[in-house]
Amino acid sequence: MISTIQNDAKLNSLRAYINSHKEMTRNDSLLIRVLQKAQEIIGYLPPEIMNFIAQEMSIPRAQVWGVATFYHYFFLKPVGKYIISVCMGTACYLKGAEKILKAFKEKLNINIGETTDDKLFTLIEARCLGACGLAPAVSINGTIYGQLDEKKAYNIIKKYINQSK
Amino acid sequence: MDHSVTPQYKIILCWGSSCQKLSSKSILDRIHQKIDELKMGNNVDIILSGCLGMCSKGPILIINPGYYIYGKITPEIVGEIIEKHINQNKATAAYLIEEDHLFNRFYRIFGDVKFYGRQMRIALRNCGIIDPESIDDYLSVRGYESLAKSLALFTPNQVINEIKASGLRGRGGAGFPTGYKWELTAQEKSSEKFIICNADEGDPGAFMDRNAIESDPHTIIEGMIIGAYAVGAQNGIIYTRAEYPLAIDRLHIAINQAKEHGFLGNNILGTNFSFNIEIRQGAGAFICGEETALIHSLEGKRGVPRTRPPYPATKGLFNKPTVVNNVETWANIPVIIQEGAAWFSSIGTKNSKGTKVFAVAGSVINTGLVEVPMGTTLKEIIFDICGGLPDNKTLKAVQIGGPSGGCLTKDHLDIQVDYESFAEIGTIMGSGGMIVIDNKSCMVKLARFFLEFSQSQSCGKCTPCREGTKRMLEILERITTGNGKPEDIQKLLRLGNTIKKTALCGLGKSAPNPVISTITHFRNEYEEHINEKKCATNDCSALIVYEINDACTGCSACIRICPTKAISGIKKNKHQINQNLCIKCGDCFDICAFKGITRR
Repeated sequence: MISTIQNDAKLNSLRAYINSHKEMTRNDSLLIRVLQKAQEIIGYLPPEIMNFIAQEMSIPRAQVWGVATFYHYFFLKPVGKYIISVCMGTACYLKGAEKILKAFKEKLNINIGETTDDKLFTLIEARCLGACGLAPAVSINGTIYGQLDEKKAYNIIKKYINQSK
Repeated sequence: MDHSVTPQYKIILCWGSSCQKLSSKSILDRIHQKIDELKMGNNVDIILSGCLGMCSKGPILIINPGYYIYGKITPEIVGEIIEKHINQNKATAAYLIEEDHLFNRFYRIFGDVKFYGRQMRIALRNCGIIDPESIDDYLSVRGYESLAKSLALFTPNQVINEIKASGLRGRGGAGFPTGYKWELTAQEKSSEKFIICNADEGDPGAFMDRNAIESDPHTIIEGMIIGAYAVGAQNGIIYTRAEYPLAIDRLHIAINQAKEHGFLGNNILGTNFSFNIEIRQGAGAFICGEETALIHSLEGKRGVPRTRPPYPATKGLFNKPTVVNNVETWANIPVIIQEGAAWFSSIGTKNSKGTKVFAVAGSVINTGLVEVPMGTTLKEIIFDICGGLPDNKTLKAVQIGGPSGGCLTKDHLDIQVDYESFAEIGTIMGSGGMIVIDNKSCMVKLARFFLEFSQSQSCGKCTPCREGTKRMLEILERITTGNGKPEDIQKLLRLGNTIKKTALCGLGKSAPNPVISTITHFRNEYEEHINEKKCATNDCSALIVYEINDACTGCSACIRICPTKAISGIKKNKHQINQNLCIKCGDCFDICAFKGITRR
């Protein structure tokens, strides 16, 4: 059934995580946490994994899918090695976040929500990183880069490309 | 017998998110290295504090005694500062921040009881003072004393009465009296009750909850334990954004420490009261800041709101009575118990007691967190505390309450901040985001920005919000791209007012606020966009026209850079722009060395 997921070890660790909470009352309320764990292990949520979770947790598939598609944090498609989330909060917006977003789009030649062909970068918008003092800011895999302009944005991409060589 | 000596110097390094991102780590290494070099290890205590709230001057370093504040520290200069300050007893003036008004405090344990600064820090009282990862530090500033006091001297009812008498109102935005909320839950007969701390801080431009947790997690935990004792809850949940990893780490550390010390878990402080707290991370949905949506999310469901009543106070998580309060509200609780309701209610205005934390950002010199007594004017916050606007820019508007709030103009600067005054002028207190906007920003585009946000975060459950905000956004898009129609303003107002009256939850009800308030205060800008197809601030790129003027030398730099080949002309002769091909990217305007291109 899990054809696209080659790695059984990953699947087993997810199963172990679900089983570790089996005894808890109302354990179906942990669905979001389980999905977060699955995404942490696998990188995104392919349909097979959602079905697997539904089965292991004994909850309807429709509910798992419903939850996974509702929250912005969950990726339903494979993502790049580096996730660039450009903060589009008010402070960043006023200090030119649109330009930064445009610079990333042009440089990587992708749109919001897309991944580069070399599977290195995924570009997303963030609601607010809470780093308003550093506006405009982006977060790449959790590391924050602040007070950006177009040139700095290009340099950051370059840095990551060099790093992954 | 040897006596241990209290270190002579205390170096406090800001360890908040913002400063950490600006390489605090390498600064810390350098400090350790320098102190080893000087062999001063026994004389110096290094504390990593939470956010000091002055993010624009970060990284911040404070050396005590004397509260010397150094700003914009780098690993290169920190060695010199330490050498001079600690070895030669000289403060390095070049790096000192002279204006220390951000750090004035009223709170008396800091020894400056008689000194009323512009700020009054209650919720943030320990931020930047203590090491957030050390429970001993928290205990040294009378931490958990209020918990002990509540358990030993007060019945649950007396705690509720104290909170009621203090006049504390919910700091999440709506301002519901906290004590009454607790009373409702306490009166419910149920074997199971819950306490929730809403730390799903979603408003773009607001970061006070993140800071409060990162800097002083124990205060929030203590507040929650006192709340649990008052209403008879057994379990507590802190629902926080996944985007705040540092806050989550510190909460985990604090909860474990509190358990070890017997403040959490079974039989707290030897009484028969037991309470536990767990942390849950959100998954990126703005709507989950709404309490019923948050509860659905905690139940493992889609985060959609439901109609109230029943309120969570009677039917909340798993249908059990649940108290949901915001981070800042919880942070106020220990102080009220410690200092008493009478003291707390002496601060603020008639119906809004205590203080409010604002996250001031945008076009302002000191971006950061400001905690002021209710009743402080906007002018004091923006100009006196935050230093006004940079580069002699002029203030055009202040946006309060994020996408749910409204815009105020410079005519409102004398308004005193409290729940009532804001409601009177058609905005809300909100969670405390305050964005300063200068005259370079277009208000129509800003309204579109906020509506785009609310629209994208609409959960889709009720029609007014799902469809209505979409239609409003379409109209705004039309206006900002030069296709507005004269009847559009009327349409926006009608649609906005309908959504306000009919949407299911707070998100929908308040989504039209930015549009309605910008129409009220900046109607001329809307009319200009619609009738003259013009944006005075040149912010709406679709409405800009680029033309070549007589200063053109015919150097053809613009011809080479134009991505759509819209510019043509012979060398050394004035060029022309074909308006049909121009995509208004502005590249020609930027490259021209002779001011030969006019933008209007």
